[in-house]
Amino acid sequence: MSKNNKIFSDSDKAAIIQDATQQINKQLSSEGRRRFLKQGLTLGGLMMLTGCDISSNESVENSLSRISRFNDRVQGWLFNANDLAPVYPESMMTRPFPFNAFYSEDEAPNINGDDYRLEVAGLVADKRPWTLAQLHQMAQVSQVTRHICVEGWSAIGKWGGVPFSLFLKGIGADLNARYVSFKCADDYYTSIDMATALHPQTIIALTYDGEILPRKYGFPMKLRMPTKLGYKNPKHIQVIEVTNRYPGGYWEDQGYNWFGGS
Amino acid sequence: MERPIFQVKPALVHPLWLRICHWLNALAMLIMVTSGWRIYNASPLFNFTFPAELTLGGWLGGALQWHFAGMWLFGINGAIYLLINIFSGRLKHKFWPLSPRALANDFIAALRGKLAHEDLSHYNTVQKLAYLFVMIDGIILVSSGLVVWKSVQFPLLRELLGGYDNARFIHFYAMSAMVGFVVIHLIMVALVPRTLLAMLRGR
Repeated sequence: MSKNNKIFSDSDKAAIIQDATQQINKQLSSEGRRRFLKQGLTLGGLMMLTGCDISSNESVENSLSRISRFNDRVQGWLFNANDLAPVYPESMMTRPFPFNAFYSEDEAPNINGDDYRLEVAGLVADKRPWTLAQLHQMAQVSQVTRHICVEGWSAIGKWGGVPFSLFLKGIGADLNARYVSFKCADDYYTSIDMATALHPQTIIALTYDGEILPRKYGFPMKLRMPTKLGYKNPKHIQVIEVTNRYPGGYWEDQGYNWFGGS
Repeated sequence: MERPIFQVKPALVHPLWLRICHWLNALAMLIMVTSGWRIYNASPLFNFTFPAELTLGGWLGGALQWHFAGMWLFGINGAIYLLINIFSGRLKHKFWPLSPRALANDFIAALRGKLAHEDLSHYNTVQKLAYLFVMIDGIILVSSGLVVWKSVQFPLLRELLGGYDNARFIHFYAMSAMVGFVVIHLIMVALVPRTLLAMLRGR
């Protein structure tokens, strides 16, 4: 009987304790697993938030754009109006001078020089449009300089035309304005800083190699700046605007550096 | 036997500033080389291009953004390294004397695989020359890069390097030399892994 007074036998006790230990251990380990999962998920979520693909991440792209804007300011500060781009003898000209645009050569716009009018807009006193003949009647200069493409290649060419500073003064432009922007017949657009616009080697090019500027090089006129990369030199210009509002540009809006100085 | 009360710490091989500069430079070089290859591909100087998978930026515009962001890290970190190195006396202490005879001996020993690395705080002559070369190559990379970036604004540098086009080639060759150094450097680290620990922990 005494044996029956005990609720559990010794062997039962051992079995119960073993069972309880197992249960507790299971609970503990599942608790640990949960914690591990939870933290793991948070870590995963964090990775998803920050992103692992650095080259196509929005915050990385924004940072790079900001640094590019900063580099604009650095280049504006480095720019010295007295630093002239090297000039070369005509014997060093690249022949044929390469055609380059975001379209092929036969897609270059066909413009009738007689109907052509250059519009001026923005912060200028005299907004009368210009005929091609009027531009040709102004004082002309010519220079053999190196055209440097953002891709790295370069080519030496000879452009002739009107010093842009002369033109800007002629139309009574606000020379303290920040930007000069260009809209072109090939739907290209770009803009430059005023300091470069007034640089002595910045010209409204009306000729190439002594001939009327051919269609492939930007007829009837292009802005030629040996102090800036190729994509900053707009061709087939229709509208010139002086402004304080940042106008951007065709390539610049896609990520090319805005100042684009060389 | 009495045990020493204090555990003697091994001597510091690389001070903290140097380790920080080293790893920032490693990151900067990775960015500059991979984005630079993408820029090279836009207008190759030679009859080959770099595999797009090894490049950074996705397209020319993106690569240029990386390159002209990475240049600040590479340039400023490099300048800080050189300045501390020179003015702390570390440069003189670590790299001099540099004799041709010691170089010949160490170079032969290196080729035989018998160049000792017992004391990591002491550079053998081959190491001295390699690290000095990297410093000079880095300066050439920055100078030629400045001419390629802004050839009009750095007239003196441009003329020194033989003009815009020549500076492109110099920039490319200096990059190749730098990548060549990195390859050998990594092989050496694999052969003597203790050096990696020293560059991480300092000792």
